Amino acid sequence: MKTRALLVAAALVAFTGSAALAESIQHGNLTIKDAWTRATPPKAKGGGAFVTITNNGSEDARLTGAVSNYAKRTEIHEMAVNDGVMKMRKLDEGVVIPAGETLELKPGSYHVMFMGLNQPFKMGEELNVTLEFEKAGPVDVTFPVMKMGAKSGKMHH
Amino acid sequence: MNVAKTIRYGAWAAVAVLVAAVSAVTVMKFVQDDVPQAATVQIGGPFELVDGKGQVFTDKNLNGKPTLMFFGFTYCPDVCPTTLSDMQGWIENLGPKADDLNFVFVSVDPERDTPDVIADYVAAFDTRVVPLTGSVDQVKKVVKDYRVYARKVPLDDGDYTMDHTAAVYMLNGDLDFVGTISYQEPEETALPKIRKLLGS
Ligand SMILES: [Cu+2]
Repeated sequence: MKTRALLVAAALVAFTGSAALAESIQHGNLTIKDAWTRATPPKAKGGGAFVTITNNGSEDARLTGAVSNYAKRTEIHEMAVNDGVMKMRKLDEGVVIPAGETLELKPGSYHVMFMGLNQPFKMGEELNVTLEFEKAGPVDVTFPVMKMGAKSGKMHH
Repeated sequence: MNVAKTIRYGAWAAVAVLVAAVSAVTVMKFVQDDVPQAATVQIGGPFELVDGKGQVFTDKNLNGKPTLMFFGFTYCPDVCPTTLSDMQGWIENLGPKADDLNFVFVSVDPERDTPDVIADYVAAFDTRVVPLTGSVDQVKKVVKDYRVYARKVPLDDGDYTMDHTAAVYMLNGDLDFVGTISYQEPEETALPKIRKLLGS
């Protein structure tokens, strides 16, 4: 209950606070929002995209994969920097969003990974990526492209 | 979760390497005071690589200036672009003082990061960062000498990704390793470290 009240409050703040926030998508019991990616340098072959998924259902959900036309492969990855070493792995089983919880795909953590980019992502463009969920099925999500090296999807002035 | 476990084990290995490396530096400094010729594990040293124009670039090209050196690869979706954009921010923050430092990005993936590729990649962030790559053997040597963790991880379809050290190395004008700036370290602590490096 408390969480819901907080969510409502947060949503209100979000809506009144900024018009630049990406729209949130309702997909079954899932709320998908704050999707973003960053511009890539010329000749870069890898890119990551990020998004926040809230599971409002009473059952765990699972993000199993992603599909796009932008790269040879689009996958769900986990990245971690532990004691100075960066490791990145494809999640063959996808990633679970526990019932009632929010999963943030974000820099330094889970991400949609583009491997073998066909062409660089340019700031100001938008990517269309299909996220695939185990039970809820596929959903199209728009990822605005922020500047190179951006650390969040928030607009910079 | 298997991935988490693998990452954790890998991390402990990395800790061991880092601890060994840091103590090696301490020991080395200690030893140097008494017995200069003692053989010890050292981080850093001379190298020969290739720059973005395909030309030979060695430690001599650093001109005795202190250096910030990062090891990464262009397939990296996150750590490398973030660090390069951090570097760009440091350069901007330092103003003209940035000229007294070298900023270097060394590829740990020379097979894919040809001079041409890495030159464009790095220049997109800041042309004052020197892009370096080399032959597989040249890079292997630098990685070893600088105690960098870099490992090819095969993917199911024959492709691969790289695990690699995510910290920026700080080297003084004699190429001695004096410390690191960690991944996503806030400017409030990174910049004083860099200024100190400049002053020493
Ligand atoms: Cu990835």
